[in-house]
Amino acid sequence: MSAIDAAAGPRLRRRGRRADDVAGLGRVRAGVFVAPALALIGLFLVFPAVWTIYLGMTNYRLTGLAAANPEFVGLDNFASALTDDAFWHSLWLTLIFVLVSGVIGQTLLGFSIAWALRHVRGWAKSVIETLVLAAWVVPASVASFLWLALLDRRTGTLNALLGTEGTAWLIEYPMVSIIVFNVWVGTAFSMLLFSSALAAVPPSQMESARMVGAGSWQQLRDVVLPNIRGHILTNTLLITLWTFNTFTPYLLTAGGPRDESSILAVYIYTTAIPGGQLGMGAAISLIMLGINLVIALGYLRVARAASGGSK
Amino acid sequence: MRRKLAAIIAGTATAALLLGACGNDGSDDPTDGGSEGSDGPVTLTITLNAIAGGKNAAEAAWIEDWVIPEFEAAMAADGTDVTVVFEPQGVDDEDYKTKISLDLQSGGGADIIGMDGIWVGEFAEAGYIQPLSAVGGSAVEEWEGWDQISDAVQNALSFNGERYGIPQGADGRVLYFNKDLFAAAGLPEDWQPTSWEEVLDAGRALAESGVAIPLQINAGTAMGEATTMQGLLPLLVGTGAEVYRDDQWIGGTDELRDVLEFYRTIYVDEQLGDAVLQQEAAGRDTSFAQFAAGEIGILLEGDYFWRSVINPAEGVGTAPMTNRDEVVGYTRIPAQEPGSGINGQDFVSMSGGTGRVLNPNSDNPELAWELLAFMNSAEAYEARAVDGLNITPRADVNAELLASDPMLTFVSDEVLPITAYRPGLAAYPEVSLALQEATEAVVAGDPVDDALANYADAVAGIVGEENVDNG
Amino acid sequence: MTGEPLLPQAADAPGPRTAAPPPSLGRRMVRHYLSRVLFVVAMGLVLAFFALPMLWLVTAPFDADPSLTVGWPDWTLANFARIAENRYALGSLRNSLVLGLGTMALVLTLGSLAAYALSRVRIPGRDGLLYALLLLSSIVTGTAAMVPTFQLITQIGLINTQIGVILVLAGGVLPTVIFILKDFMDSIPKSYEESARLYGASPLQILTHVVVPTARPGLAFVAVWTVVQVWGNFLVPFLLLRTPESQPAAVLMYTFYTEGGQPDLRLLSAFSLVFSVPVIAMYFLVNRRYGFRFHGGIKS
Repeated sequence: MSAIDAAAGPRLRRRGRRADDVAGLGRVRAGVFVAPALALIGLFLVFPAVWTIYLGMTNYRLTGLAAANPEFVGLDNFASALTDDAFWHSLWLTLIFVLVSGVIGQTLLGFSIAWALRHVRGWAKSVIETLVLAAWVVPASVASFLWLALLDRRTGTLNALLGTEGTAWLIEYPMVSIIVFNVWVGTAFSMLLFSSALAAVPPSQMESARMVGAGSWQQLRDVVLPNIRGHILTNTLLITLWTFNTFTPYLLTAGGPRDESSILAVYIYTTAIPGGQLGMGAAISLIMLGINLVIALGYLRVARAASGGSK
Repeated sequence: MRRKLAAIIAGTATAALLLGACGNDGSDDPTDGGSEGSDGPVTLTITLNAIAGGKNAAEAAWIEDWVIPEFEAAMAADGTDVTVVFEPQGVDDEDYKTKISLDLQSGGGADIIGMDGIWVGEFAEAGYIQPLSAVGGSAVEEWEGWDQISDAVQNALSFNGERYGIPQGADGRVLYFNKDLFAAAGLPEDWQPTSWEEVLDAGRALAESGVAIPLQINAGTAMGEATTMQGLLPLLVGTGAEVYRDDQWIGGTDELRDVLEFYRTIYVDEQLGDAVLQQEAAGRDTSFAQFAAGEIGILLEGDYFWRSVINPAEGVGTAPMTNRDEVVGYTRIPAQEPGSGINGQDFVSMSGGTGRVLNPNSDNPELAWELLAFMNSAEAYEARAVDGLNITPRADVNAELLASDPMLTFVSDEVLPITAYRPGLAAYPEVSLALQEATEAVVAGDPVDDALANYADAVAGIVGEENVDNG
Repeated sequence: MTGEPLLPQAADAPGPRTAAPPPSLGRRMVRHYLSRVLFVVAMGLVLAFFALPMLWLVTAPFDADPSLTVGWPDWTLANFARIAENRYALGSLRNSLVLGLGTMALVLTLGSLAAYALSRVRIPGRDGLLYALLLLSSIVTGTAAMVPTFQLITQIGLINTQIGVILVLAGGVLPTVIFILKDFMDSIPKSYEESARLYGASPLQILTHVVVPTARPGLAFVAVWTVVQVWGNFLVPFLLLRTPESQPAAVLMYTFYTEGGQPDLRLLSAFSLVFSVPVIAMYFLVNRRYGFRFHGGIKS
């Protein structure tokens, strides 16, 4: 571990790529190393994905006449999705969900815990870290049930604690509920990533900052953040993608009431399975993929600009 | 240490793959064989959304403890070596439907498949299932059971006038009421409302006497088909309209407006019901528990509620009422006004039903039919009744068994003759969802006209403007 | 509830105090105590937030008559006996293990090979490829690709096999795994490999003897992450496996409901705990043994 942590310093002052191939792998052998993974991904990921793209251009359904003779409808599905208010509503909810629960909630809380615990040792740290991690590793079906029990209108623990008997949290505040739930589930990843990142910030730099009288806030801004910029981007990119695609909120609210918590992953499910419109579901999935792509490219641009500017 | 890690990874990989390979033993796809013919032992498979220790456990137990051994023995006596394998599921209906669709689409699947009657149309249109006689051969038409099953009940598993499966029961919807609460509100023990207004009057009297939830008529999307079957449709047929009639789907008609107005009166204007409950994920269960706890005055439910929910028998009811037979009354659902129901009826109901179909991909379709016929024989229903009484599709069995249960006799004698069925068409589930959304909007406080207009748009989008009757 | 707890100035309190001299002693003391109190309160809130939902999981399984409300249990172990009574429950946990460990092993092996090669050799378009796959993996694990996946697995004869499920799940998580591992390997100092090469080690030997041990925390992270993904997955095993004997716990858990959808709380609570313990235990084990670090960042 210490080797890794120590490595972070040099990594930031990375040299060019020509020196990378220290093991003498060569392109051919590298290809051999990559091939099995690519074959697996090609067969079980890319192939169904391409098929899904094709389905998105048909009126395919799982049952009924359109199952027997699906028709090629070209871009009709895309057109009707993009002119459907329900789609835009769902996209709007998704953006709020990703921004508030993922980018802001998980990242900030995860970073804050990592920052606060960076010098703490002993049981307090273990207890907090363990609980945060437990929320993350507990299977989604269990996690959602725990929250159903917590938020239940009649016998829920939260109502008992707050004295708000009869408040149906999942119905009155569906978006808030799934956002808080998602923060609870996903904070562990950011916490882990940032605690490694903080450990890798060169102590000497922190020390010099302190010597010149920098407060915590200044240390954070001037020393820590520039050092962990790469981690912040990794974190934000993965969190964004994962939050965009998470289906678990369905287990809490099923998208309801009245589609008030129908984020895109849920909207696709209700379109494709209970609604039966698999072709349309595939088309919306592709639109979602496109949005993810734009976001990812945006992050990479920021990353490039930032690293270009800092050197 | 280094080697160890690599070894651990390699070891778990091998072990897992080996375990995976073994785990597959004995569960080979039974329909893949194809070459078994008549010389070797034949394997037949049954898939139902029933599982020991979970959903429809009694049905699963009946399959495993009675159907399989009895059928295998009967076949062995005939000199045919048959093994019957039960592949239980036990999940949400939508997931189950997805799974059997995929099975059938890929040319696989069990020989006998359980399904909801309203799926028959879409499965038939997709080419996944075929009429029973096309699969099972001439023996199908000669089956003795058809004479015992009324046409209306047979219709539950039919499409375009052809039988696709055998229904496994019949059911009907009634109004349940709590006699204790009624007595306290000064209402009669033998209550029989003859119009919606009288139902509302009873609700008002209950509200006055302090009952928190006088009326529970399912609404909203969270309850799914329970909203349509135990709410909207029984009301709709009470106005004389039907969801599908003369090749037209119901649109934004006056009859539907009346139904939505009735919802509005209950949940918004007079607050005779719990509007939030309609949106809760487990709202229907909660309504069961509340009725059992004596908190609900009047509840529109199927006979399922009587036999499987408030049934006091040990381990049968999910919300048992020990004093069910004394406290719970039941009565027919009135039409909006006397004589305003479909066919000029004074009282109405809705029926649905699940059943079992033959898989056209079966390698042994004739034997599969024999098994299906065996599962629907009189003795099979009698064996099934040991674990709990249902209204069976067979008149001969009902005559013998139902006498012991006045409620089921009531449904069989008084409700089934006036009941109506949903259209077994592929578009139905989507139209049903649109109807649920309309009730949800009204219950949440939207104006009835808005909900009606949105519904009319939705249904036109599903089936096409030309197939909608907007009155 | 989410972002408010931790003010940065509160957080530095427990750190070694070697900072520049403060303006005055009194002010320093007040500030010190204030930040300490704030720190403790903030940590308490975080603790409560994460612990509250968990309370049900540790009390209800031991309660003779569990409800949705958390309460001091009426102690019993009878709920766990119900797991043994359910015909499929124990087998489903074993199936979950098979799927989880199988996918993990496959993914770690293929992922570290690929990540190492991608990290050390500049294959044209490697970054673009990696991001494209990362994005694709998000739709394929969803509902839209269900029909193609099912048809594919049927065609190659792996329907109703654990291997079919493992392959599909592995295909779904591999891009993310490679992405994370590559980041990790990028940060490993090259000097070890250089010296190993001087002693004549082959690239594969360098990978297994030098890189993998150094990347242990990253592999550990990926291993746990993969198992967590598989452990909770419902749709893929449900659709690809036919009999309840072969279904994993995530699928079986949904059968603990009655016809009306009412959860069997005794069975469900006990099973939830038993179902969650292996992944939590695995995290502890892996963490203790190999360290548990996520390392890396996007470089441009």
